[in-house]
Amino acid sequence: MSAPTPTDADTDMTSPDAPDTIEEQPASSPQVRQQLFASLLQRQGAAAALLLVVVISWITLPDFGSTDNLRDIALQSSFLAIIALGMTFVIITGGIDLSVGSVYALGGVLAAYGAQSGFLMGLLLPLVVCGAIGLVNGLLVARLGLPPFIVTLASLLFARGLLLAITNEGATTRKITDSTFLALGRNSFLGLGLPVWFAIGLCLVGGLVLRRTRFGESLFATGGSEGSALLMGLPVMRVKITVYALSGALSGLAGALTAAYLQSGVTVIGVGVELDAIAAVVIGGTLLSGGAGTVLGTAVGVLLRNVIQNVINQIGGLDSNYQSVISGAFLLVVVIVQRLLSQARPGRPR
Amino acid sequence: MTDLTVRGRSLDKSAVSRWLQEYGVYAAVAALLAFNIAFTDNFLSATNFRTQLVQAAPICIVALGMALVIGTEGVDLSVGSVMALSAALVPLYLGYGLVPAVLAALVAGLAVGALNGALVAYIGIQPIVATLALLVGGRGLALVIAHGQLVDVHDANLLSLGSGELLGIPVVVVIAAVLAVLVWLLVARTTFGRQLVAIGDNRTASTLAGLPVRRVLVGVYAICGVLAAVAGVLATARLGAGDPANTGQLMELSAITAVVVGGTPLSGGKVRILGTIFGALLMQLLRATLIKNDLPDSTAQMVQAVVIIGAVYVARERATR
Repeated sequence: MSAPTPTDADTDMTSPDAPDTIEEQPASSPQVRQQLFASLLQRQGAAAALLLVVVISWITLPDFGSTDNLRDIALQSSFLAIIALGMTFVIITGGIDLSVGSVYALGGVLAAYGAQSGFLMGLLLPLVVCGAIGLVNGLLVARLGLPPFIVTLASLLFARGLLLAITNEGATTRKITDSTFLALGRNSFLGLGLPVWFAIGLCLVGGLVLRRTRFGESLFATGGSEGSALLMGLPVMRVKITVYALSGALSGLAGALTAAYLQSGVTVIGVGVELDAIAAVVIGGTLLSGGAGTVLGTAVGVLLRNVIQNVINQIGGLDSNYQSVISGAFLLVVVIVQRLLSQARPGRPR
Repeated sequence: MTDLTVRGRSLDKSAVSRWLQEYGVYAAVAALLAFNIAFTDNFLSATNFRTQLVQAAPICIVALGMALVIGTEGVDLSVGSVMALSAALVPLYLGYGLVPAVLAALVAGLAVGALNGALVAYIGIQPIVATLALLVGGRGLALVIAHGQLVDVHDANLLSLGSGELLGIPVVVVIAAVLAVLVWLLVARTTFGRQLVAIGDNRTASTLAGLPVRRVLVGVYAICGVLAAVAGVLATARLGAGDPANTGQLMELSAITAVVVGGTPLSGGKVRILGTIFGALLMQLLRATLIKNDLPDSTAQMVQAVVIIGAVYVARERATR
């Protein structure tokens, strides 16, 4: 256990050998209420920013509000939303998953490979393999107590290596011909692409699991204070293993849907996606120190990112690289505001 | 990580793992060298040796800065983006001469590093998040500066920095060696070095003991930024072009790995510079060994991943409190 980091060199005079009981406060204490207020503000902040950008764009850009454009934003957001959902679960438990980008790319390639033998294989192969990579992440983190940061960094490398291995060092892009599988990415229902419905459905289920189930409670407890969760007899280890496996499987699914949408297993996608997902989660008000977060916030974070991207593309003339500058700046502003607003306990460096 | 999930281990096992923690990286480098001398064609040729050292140099320079940051219980994900910034800035200012161009890159690295440090030290943001924001934004900024283009450079001085020699040793390697000695001196022989280790060991105690915790943290991240900028300049010089899109991609991964494999714990409080250098050499040698023996890049990446996990497993912090 690391000692809590002092927030102010002069006033923080908690004795250094006191156990980590500073975070355990009665539910009615002002700190807790302040934290609730702060997290509400964070979430509303992202939603307010989204609303603002959408309204301004709708008024000033002729094509922004067109049905086609809005559909496109929804579709582009759906893939990242599915990945970010898994990331939300992982981050709530106080971990992090840096492997999602390459696992996502791997999922797409595996889907194209599997779809040669029909729809079911195209869907199952990425889910099983990517879920297995996530499971290994979870086992290494939970059973061996290795830092999630390094474990998932290694998985990033491993998944990319595996992707190269099955695509002849990245030279082969397999086309998907199975029409049932292609429908996954290209058909629409009620005017929205199927991936969007996948994303909406998964986020609804995810939100319900977080808010309404014992498993969801265990997630928050694990991230809030692992020691306390263990003492309460919660299955901390199982929770951790599950969230990493889930994160891997969801990234694989997002990859499969992307492959169906692009009609092939593209080998060059997914670089930096883990950062987009983490940024969306953090902007959505989930604390990286664990123990707090919402699926809705994450969805808002994803939408905000893609709306900004869309606006930059609409304006033209603006270098598309500004997207990542804006993302980075926005992320920075959000975490600074988070930090200044909430009396959240100082995070651990990993 | 809480240690509650780690089961107790028998004594003899921990003795072995302690030995591995101390000397594992040197043993691994020696074993790889021996393997290559025995089985790889032309491994002992001077050309090949130079190639290995030249390729390990940038990883080594970045890893030196990373070791200091990790020593303070932090991490710096923005090093790759700082290299990209160098790659964008050097061609931009080369018209004014080599010195202003290099200075521009170093100042950018210093600024990014100081910003990282300020976010961590003064605002109390987790290092991983603070530096993540600059990872995302930094490369974007580099691409904006370079208009997303790869810019060829023709400055003879810069090119000789990348491919020149000093007493028969590549300049890049000389620079890496000099920087390694300087960083080692900084850690082993200066108050600043002792302070940063103390902060990594116990930040609260360091604060209570009256150490200038925040200033030291800003300094450490700034040094890391400058070293990453140096690596970016050298990468640009070797390539003969500023390539902000690809320079330093995944460098944060290689650098962190080199540091961790070299026996510096992620929980801070200890910095092992020689280990870090050998860690960088190990990652380079491992890659070269796999590729020279006709294993494809894909296998090389998968083996590297397994080695990283193995190294962290060996170096994992045992339950202390």
